[in-house]
Amino acid sequence: MLRWLLGGREAQGPVEKTTVLFIGEEQPKNLYTELQVLKGHFDMVRFLVRIDDFRFASAGDDGIVLLWNVQTGERLHELRGHSQQITAITRFQKHSAESSCPMILSASSDRSVSLWDADTGSRVQTVTDLHSSVKCLLVLERLDLWLSGGNVLCVWNRNFELLCKTEVFNDAGITAIIELPKNCIAAAMDKELIIYRLKVPASESESWEIQEVKRLSDHQDSVRALISVNDQAFASGSHVGELIVWDSLDWTIQSYERVFGDTAQADLQSEIKLISPKQNEMSIQHLTSDGEYIIAAIGSGIYVYSLLTKNVIVYRKTAHDSDVLHTLKLPNGQLISCSEDGSVRFWVLQDLPPPAEHASSAFFGMWGFGRANKQPPNQQVKKGADCLVLRSLELTGDLIGHSGAVQMFLPFNDSVLVTCSTDHLIMLWKDGERESRLRSLDLFNKLEQNKGL
Amino acid sequence: MISSPDLVAFTKDDDFRDTYVEINSLPEQFSLPLFPYAGNANPWAKASFAKFTKDFILISEFSEQVGPQPLLTVPDDPKAWGTFDLNYFSLRIMSVDYQASFVGHPPGCGYPKLNFVEDSKVVLGDSKEGAFAYVHHLTLYDLEARGFVRPFCMAYISSDEDKIMQQFQELSSEFSKASECLKTGNRKAFANELEKKLKDLEYTRTVLHKEAELQKKENGCYSTQAIEKANELANVEKSIYEHKDLLKQVTSYPNRKMKDPEFLPYEPEPPSEPPGADQDQISGVSNPDHPSDNPSNTRRPSYTPQFIKAKSAKCFDKRLKTLEELCDVYFFNQTMDQLTQIEKIFRGDLCYISTSQIDTALLKQQKITNFLFEVFRDWEEEPEKPQYGEKLAPNSDNSSNPAPSNEPASLESYTSCVETVLIKMEQDISEEGQQETESSLCGITQDNSEECLEADMKGSVSSGESIEVLGTERSFPAQGSFIQSESQASLQVHYPEVVRRKEASKRTNSQDSIEVLSTTESIIPEDLRASCPGAIYEEEPYNDSSLEHIYQSPASSQRLVDSGMQDAGGFGKEATEQADSACCIGQEGPRFEEPAPELGQECSDNGVVKVAPRSSRAGEQAPGVDDGAPAALLSYELNLIYLSDEVSRLDLDDVSDSTSFMSASTSSERAASPFLSGNPITVKHKRKAGQGALRFIRQYPFAQQAIFSLLSGRTLVVMGADEGKVRKLVSALSIFVPNLGKYAETIKPWLTSPFQITDLHSWKLIGLHRVASPTGSSMLFSLNRYSRYISILDADHKTLRCPPYKGTLIGRLADHRTQIKRGSTYFMHVQSMLSQLCSKAFLYTFCHHLHLPIHPGEGDASVASRRRGFLQHQLGISGEDVKIVQFLGELIKLYYLQEPGKGATPPVFRFDYTTSFLYKI
Repeated sequence: MLRWLLGGREAQGPVEKTTVLFIGEEQPKNLYTELQVLKGHFDMVRFLVRIDDFRFASAGDDGIVLLWNVQTGERLHELRGHSQQITAITRFQKHSAESSCPMILSASSDRSVSLWDADTGSRVQTVTDLHSSVKCLLVLERLDLWLSGGNVLCVWNRNFELLCKTEVFNDAGITAIIELPKNCIAAAMDKELIIYRLKVPASESESWEIQEVKRLSDHQDSVRALISVNDQAFASGSHVGELIVWDSLDWTIQSYERVFGDTAQADLQSEIKLISPKQNEMSIQHLTSDGEYIIAAIGSGIYVYSLLTKNVIVYRKTAHDSDVLHTLKLPNGQLISCSEDGSVRFWVLQDLPPPAEHASSAFFGMWGFGRANKQPPNQQVKKGADCLVLRSLELTGDLIGHSGAVQMFLPFNDSVLVTCSTDHLIMLWKDGERESRLRSLDLFNKLEQNKGL
Repeated sequence: MISSPDLVAFTKDDDFRDTYVEINSLPEQFSLPLFPYAGNANPWAKASFAKFTKDFILISEFSEQVGPQPLLTVPDDPKAWGTFDLNYFSLRIMSVDYQASFVGHPPGCGYPKLNFVEDSKVVLGDSKEGAFAYVHHLTLYDLEARGFVRPFCMAYISSDEDKIMQQFQELSSEFSKASECLKTGNRKAFANELEKKLKDLEYTRTVLHKEAELQKKENGCYSTQAIEKANELANVEKSIYEHKDLLKQVTSYPNRKMKDPEFLPYEPEPPSEPPGADQDQISGVSNPDHPSDNPSNTRRPSYTPQFIKAKSAKCFDKRLKTLEELCDVYFFNQTMDQLTQIEKIFRGDLCYISTSQIDTALLKQQKITNFLFEVFRDWEEEPEKPQYGEKLAPNSDNSSNPAPSNEPASLESYTSCVETVLIKMEQDISEEGQQETESSLCGITQDNSEECLEADMKGSVSSGESIEVLGTERSFPAQGSFIQSESQASLQVHYPEVVRRKEASKRTNSQDSIEVLSTTESIIPEDLRASCPGAIYEEEPYNDSSLEHIYQSPASSQRLVDSGMQDAGGFGKEATEQADSACCIGQEGPRFEEPAPELGQECSDNGVVKVAPRSSRAGEQAPGVDDGAPAALLSYELNLIYLSDEVSRLDLDDVSDSTSFMSASTSSERAASPFLSGNPITVKHKRKAGQGALRFIRQYPFAQQAIFSLLSGRTLVVMGADEGKVRKLVSALSIFVPNLGKYAETIKPWLTSPFQITDLHSWKLIGLHRVASPTGSSMLFSLNRYSRYISILDADHKTLRCPPYKGTLIGRLADHRTQIKRGSTYFMHVQSMLSQLCSKAFLYTFCHHLHLPIHPGEGDASVASRRRGFLQHQLGISGEDVKIVQFLGELIKLYYLQEPGKGATPPVFRFDYTTSFLYKI
């Protein structure tokens, strides 16, 4: 294509030099055929938060939080107050006696945290001059409080009163917090995971307390991602591609995968001989889970780990041209990933037909993780670098529109996908058929109102 | 001496009086009259033996000194009339003046009355000369002229009698506008003249008074000299009285025309004006000599009164004023502009004019789909008009203070009133606003104020009946409840004080008007009515404004609201339309004839710069608007807001680009018609593009695929190294690009920087510069990246990369074996095909069951199959053609759903994932 554009008279050939797969322009399964671009941010947009079925908030490096209507693309509110980039943002359902209105909790590099009313766009609460900027936020709706993690872990109630806090970590900060059962909290700090227990006061006189219970130092490099998988397990991923699944109750290792380390050798033998694994190619940028699978964004690849079989069941080593930044598995089995290369891709986990014959088992043996009996089918070998054990990860479509890295995406009702990017834009990808139908509905409503043409 | 002219009396026959009816089939008025069969006669053969080739406009005067004489022609070019004898023809046309230029002492009046006569309009033919003319007589006032009047006439001279007859309504309305413009200027000039004369007379009186006193002292009271002096003094006194009365009459003439926004931008006010200055004027205590107060004095700073001899010079000795002097240079020029415009409007063959009028009328009916392939025109700006009218209403009304006064003391206030109207728009409005709120607070309606008047009247002879008549005539409701009559209502309501102060003098006059209403109106044809002496005095135009706006009334914006259709033709067309359907086709005729800048101006006249004078003045003044120059007039400020709003929506870069592309376009186009500047390809270009398109489809075997891309909303990028070549291709293809609505331009003729995905939202045809440079490669990168959304036509290598097309529709639209030879013919062909397509898309869009389930349980699949079936069997559309109809349908939906007040919403960007192929020659 490019060569043809440059003036070559010969017909367009397969110019794609990269090993990344190329789906082409024919995408019958891609239903996002309508695009709306939302402008409003002046800098990179990093976060998207769903407020309810029709609203979402976006935030980024310009310190502004914008509230949008996902159906019309209308900008509802502009939440201004932070002077520096937003570092964390989350939805905060305020359960008051009268009503429960959705709130937005945002933290910024200007060392402040603010609470916004999503309906009116006004700032309800704010706290400034914190010890350090807040890197992560966690809302515990059950206890009606929220936690902020930075150089110190603080526990706040919903009136922004500081209940308790941990000691200050001078050398490193907390990058992620998740909630564990029994009022426990797991916080990721550099290479360690720290388990805290929150002591709920039994009476009015007592005060809240947060105690460090355990430090988990099994990661060899800094922890990049920390998610809770289900009631029994949570998972963490490190910069060197370690994926550890932990037991939520006793905080022991359920499973340990050093994804890239094991495969590096094999890959060298296979297709990508010239490319030696670099550090960032092993880094786990993002983890997501639907309770059954953990999807890890590792380098420019996507890895699907099954909790059931406790192994990586399928992966695409080069799912994108560049680092994958965010992944999500939809209930319908579709997997979405977005990347620094500016594209969003859709994948489908497909069950494969039973293996017809066995190929070189040694070749794919490294994927066994002690389960060498699983032999990859032959056809997969022919397909190239994509190796799988049970299933395949098929690319069904991609979205190209952003000119910068797609930081995050947010699906709405299967028919709208919101993407945000470093090119300051937010895009609404919509199902064209559905939109057309909705417009027809509007049209006939208006026709009725106007009583004919 | 004057041979009896074969005069064709224009009677309002039914064929002209047809009311505008909603039509389902092709109505009568849209069919062209057939050429009368006359053997083997060539219908295009020049039947007449006229000595001129083209139609022209002639202005003549019946000079009291030399008789009928031609003054000027439009176009001002001797070639225009060739060997045609203008002198002779002037004689002819001036001899059929039916308007009563009677000035004298009507019964019951001791002093001369000005006759605000209606213009007369006749059609006149001179079979010997082969010339036919629409003749519009008008009377201008000149203090030095006999009877204070100077008869003039404007004639549209054509060799085609049918043209004059069939375009009578249009000619009449157009010429009425021009005439009204002249008369407004004339009234102003006349008032100034009278004012001067009054000063002279008053000065004379004081001098004479002194002399008389002196005489009395010297020679005693009864000396001949003293008596002579006393007589002289008495004469002067009488003269003063008469002049004051004249001044009163002329100034009290309701400046109906002032309601017409086109007269508003008179002259920018001196910015140094103290803000409170005109307050005096309104309250009637202004000092006319105050330089900044009275703009007429600003121009002639101080007038030194002169002593007037008892015997004035014989009329043959003096030089008569020229038309320009009579009408105030500004108004004269404006009229000339209008006449030039008229000449352009009616240029060409009758058939052509009728066709384009029908074309426009038909297009106007397709309110929902006409935006797709037609150049943005007046109907685009309809929603804005009412707002304008409302904004302008107070502005314009202050001119029409109708109540004449018996009090000489307030004469100054009258003159200043006339001038205030013209110049002091801004301050007036605040005054007005105040008054308006006051009055609306008090709930004063017209009727109330009339009653107030009544209460104030001392010994008035008015009867209850007369009030009723007036009331019904003008139908004054409470202000605000009916926008319809706001102009009238506010006219009164804004001036409750003034009206009251002037007491009930108008009551007496209104009796006359009642007579007119009750007796003459229905019986006497309009042309003759004016000849009823005494029937139409000051009050007459009043009736006129409500009754006879067919010819006379300005397109008061209020009436726009009033006429439900709100057809944006403007300039009284609505009014005309109410009376005659044929008129609704009014002035759009010239579109195809006019060069682009004028089109822009016309457009601006019709909507955007509604207040600007029509014709090129808009162009002249528009840059000032654009720059935000101190346009002191309020109307301009309104514009400014509006314009800046509009202009700001446009990418400045685009604008400059488009203007640079159109060599003919001026800055005025940018300023005056933002919509047009957003759409650089105008009708004229499109017609020219026909030839290019024809060449394209003959030359490129993949033309159909390219056209398919355009019609289905896929952006086509024409890439090439040579700008001229790319631009040519772009303009050739431009006729196939559907408009997206008001949002933005759809065509980017020349782009030298990489485009973004947001650009693809609006640009559907892009000319891209292929360069071998870093920018070039990044451009290619964007091409490559967005290749799924675009089709790429490589002008240098003659290749096209786009999705395949398998359909029949474009085959008919762009057949490379077409027999059509001429570009304009092909353009017509394309237009008709596209309008057919539009109606299909319309049907498709507005069929409920094609998009929505009939009953709740019905699934999408059955709806989809029904849709397919409809497209296939009812519309005969299959294959890829479905995509075209669907795309157009989406555009129609969006256009229809667009809230008029909300402004333009960005178009949705739709695409589909299909494989592109590379086509080569």
